[in-house]
Amino acid sequence: MRRASIFAILLASFTGALGAFAQTPQPVFIQNATILTVTHGNIEHGSILVRDGKIAAVGTNLKAPDGATLIDATGQFIVPGIIDCHSHIAIDGNVNEGAPAVSSMVKISDVLNPEDKHMYIDLAGGVTTANILHGSANPIGGQTVVIKLRWGKLPSALPFEGALPGIKFALGENPKHSNFGPPPGMPQRYPATRLGVEEVIRQAFTEAREYKKTWDDYDRRRTSGERDLIPPRRDEKLEPLVEVLEGRRYVHAHCYRADEILMLIRVANEFGFKVRTFQHVLEGYKVADEIAASGAGGSTFSDWWAYKMEAYDAIPYNAALMQERGVVTSINSDNPDEARHLNQEAAKTMKYGGVSPNDALKLITLNPAIQLGIENRVGSIDVGKDADLVFYNHDPLSVYAVVQKTLIDGEVYFDRATDLARRPELEKEKQSLLDKEKKAGEEEKGEEKAEKKSEKKSEKKPDKHKPPESGDSVEIIERGVR
Amino acid sequence: MNGTPFADSAVVKRLLAQIVLPLLIANFLLPLSAQAQRTATVYAIKGGKIHTLAGPAIDNATVIMREGKIAAVGVNVEIPLGAQVIDATGLDVYPGLFDPVTQVGLAEVGAVSATVDVAELGDINPELVAATAVNPASEHIPVTRASGITHVIAVPGAPGFEVQAGGLISGRASAFSLSGWTFDEMQISPSVAMVVNWPIIRTRTFDFATFGYKEKPFQEAKKEYDKSVNELGDWLDRARHYAQAKEKGSPALYERDLKLESLVPVVKGTMPLLVIAAQARDIRNAVEFCTKQNVKMILADGSQAWKVKDLLKEKNIPVILGPTERVPDEEDDPYDKPMSQPAELHAAGIQIAFSSFGFSFSRRLSQFAGTAVAYGLPHDEALKAVTINAAEMFGLGDQLGTIEPGKIANLIVTTGDPLEIRTDVRYLFIRGELTSIDNRHRALYEEYRKRSEQAH
Repeated sequence: MRRASIFAILLASFTGALGAFAQTPQPVFIQNATILTVTHGNIEHGSILVRDGKIAAVGTNLKAPDGATLIDATGQFIVPGIIDCHSHIAIDGNVNEGAPAVSSMVKISDVLNPEDKHMYIDLAGGVTTANILHGSANPIGGQTVVIKLRWGKLPSALPFEGALPGIKFALGENPKHSNFGPPPGMPQRYPATRLGVEEVIRQAFTEAREYKKTWDDYDRRRTSGERDLIPPRRDEKLEPLVEVLEGRRYVHAHCYRADEILMLIRVANEFGFKVRTFQHVLEGYKVADEIAASGAGGSTFSDWWAYKMEAYDAIPYNAALMQERGVVTSINSDNPDEARHLNQEAAKTMKYGGVSPNDALKLITLNPAIQLGIENRVGSIDVGKDADLVFYNHDPLSVYAVVQKTLIDGEVYFDRATDLARRPELEKEKQSLLDKEKKAGEEEKGEEKAEKKSEKKSEKKPDKHKPPESGDSVEIIERGVR
Repeated sequence: MNGTPFADSAVVKRLLAQIVLPLLIANFLLPLSAQAQRTATVYAIKGGKIHTLAGPAIDNATVIMREGKIAAVGVNVEIPLGAQVIDATGLDVYPGLFDPVTQVGLAEVGAVSATVDVAELGDINPELVAATAVNPASEHIPVTRASGITHVIAVPGAPGFEVQAGGLISGRASAFSLSGWTFDEMQISPSVAMVVNWPIIRTRTFDFATFGYKEKPFQEAKKEYDKSVNELGDWLDRARHYAQAKEKGSPALYERDLKLESLVPVVKGTMPLLVIAAQARDIRNAVEFCTKQNVKMILADGSQAWKVKDLLKEKNIPVILGPTERVPDEEDDPYDKPMSQPAELHAAGIQIAFSSFGFSFSRRLSQFAGTAVAYGLPHDEALKAVTINAAEMFGLGDQLGTIEPGKIANLIVTTGDPLEIRTDVRYLFIRGELTSIDNRHRALYEEYRKRSEQAH
């Protein structure tokens, strides 16, 4: 608790400092950079003009407009902001609502926490946009949201404007609870097999289709002028599934094995919806043609394997092979440790599968943008797109590359030089807060001692750590007031 | 009359020389020669840049390997007649990489307990040895090897991403090369360290009954912690008495105790304690404990080693660091602390090594080291931290870690800097034998590529 409060203070002062720099109304002019545009090659000694948070110009023969804030990027490499298609950061509380097999009624957007320190850590790894998902406890999980990592802003400022919402599905060992039992005292929950996982999804969409029909009928009758109609009862579980059926919500399906991937493609075909992305999809390489034909993307890990049975056939060539077969492929983090170095994870596909440097970079920029339907806004360095930019001191596909700056909408959200420069000051501030806390603790102890002396007669000393019994409560409350 | 015919010493000598000795020798040599047949090939790698790590890199040099050992290195080395020659022109030669804290061989699939032999029940298990359960047929061995890692240490009870930590004394760690039909063929040393999971003052534990955290008063948690530390001390004291009884007393006066017997090399100072500890407070206490007990300590994990670097330097404690690309331990630690800590420890004069603390992630070893270079660790030190440093920590420095004559010929031929992500391993030698870099992943890739080709 104490640590958290100190951090909050540090955070507040830090974002304040960045904000002052960020809110300059002038255009920003970045010069002397090696720009990896992803869509139209690499530009040596290039410049980028940022106006109103958008990329206004990119090229070699640009001139800084009057009054522009200049950023010299000599020796640096600029890439589009990294997009993490599978993340659990910025969530306040539990990631899983594990009780029902279908938990489509719960929403990540209800629990966004813009002060999560993992956002800052991800920014320091060059991540600017992330798809925030629930866990994989349910065949049909909760509603996902795409965010920009506008760390320290209000929760309402996080969602990526206009990005289609999503829903998490999960297949295989996790929804069938293979590797962990229910908490003690809780019953085993259906499903416990991959067969059951399919049935849960088919059942839910059967209900959703009926539900949609009921509403469609009602709407038709109402618009044709019928009066005194009773509207159907709303169902928050089925509504997001109707949105899926109507193509207004993306399905992001956690999966591992080839058979379960094919299962979901079959079910989706049956009900007439599309799977937007297969997540993890570690056996995607086995059915890459089927995935490509279904139009789904594949968002995978670089080289994770063997942590569970369904990951035993995982190979580091997965991304390369899926991409080769025409699947729009991305590499995601699933955790903040991994999100710190997605550039390195993408680089591994050059070694495992011979992917070209530009295609490797696409795995963490343009491709996840396409998967999330936001490629008109982000994913490459092109005029008109958001100025979400990452500065590296080396080729970003090298292990030696370190992020120097991360910009979102032209605002600097991470700056390594500033971070380094502020450390002594933060250390001092932290120490003074700790000293203050320590002093307060000592004073409290002194008071306690005095209290104990005056209460020598009392046999039973109150135990500070024990929950108060009814007899103690008055004293505790009084102490609290003091 | 009363002597036997063999009482004549001349007869005995002749007999020994002519019949018994040759027989004995032949008998003794049999398994060796069978082994020698496999390693009979003399290999020469020529034309490459040899990074011996014992001195400056040598351009266009040759390394000769014979009978499992490095026989010669240098520019003017003559290639013996009949040697198998590997042309490494344009390539680089490095010592094989060494991952010193792993569960490689002890675990196959993290979540499938039937395939995991890492953490035994109980708190005091010094008599256990990882070598017992190292599976030479594990798919992890060739996969790990393909990333240039030629030898590892399997550590019983080592915590990791995929497995639970073991008890207080989890057993003995075993060093082995990543190739061989049996552990006996693979082994470098079956008992290189005694593993201690340093206790933690745990005031907060996860409670499965409520699916929430349970708080415990500090004093109570501290009491449990002290009890564990005292227990550890007691065992070492008892091992000391046991050693004395064994040396000085009659065998009739003591009962054989397998646990104490296993701890004797620790109290004699011939086997280090591999102490797994992360928090500054725990590291400090562990160092004080080992100093007081006069036992050799290697610190493993050391997430907050930077907070106690002066003490570590003063007591000359080497540190084996876990993955560098983690989120910092403490909320208000600098964001890059796990990446910059290796440079900080090195600058403080502390010997460091990198390790994966895993099995399926062992192949990321060079990535962890490369990232530390990005955040300030000198490149040559990072190379040492994945080769010779850990070898020295475990007393294997005269056998491994550099390309020098007499050392075990575990080395790699690469397309460049082995810490860089896109670098490939072209050839790999284990005990002087050219060893395959094929593996399960490569095989699956090729198999399923064919499937796609057939479809078209």
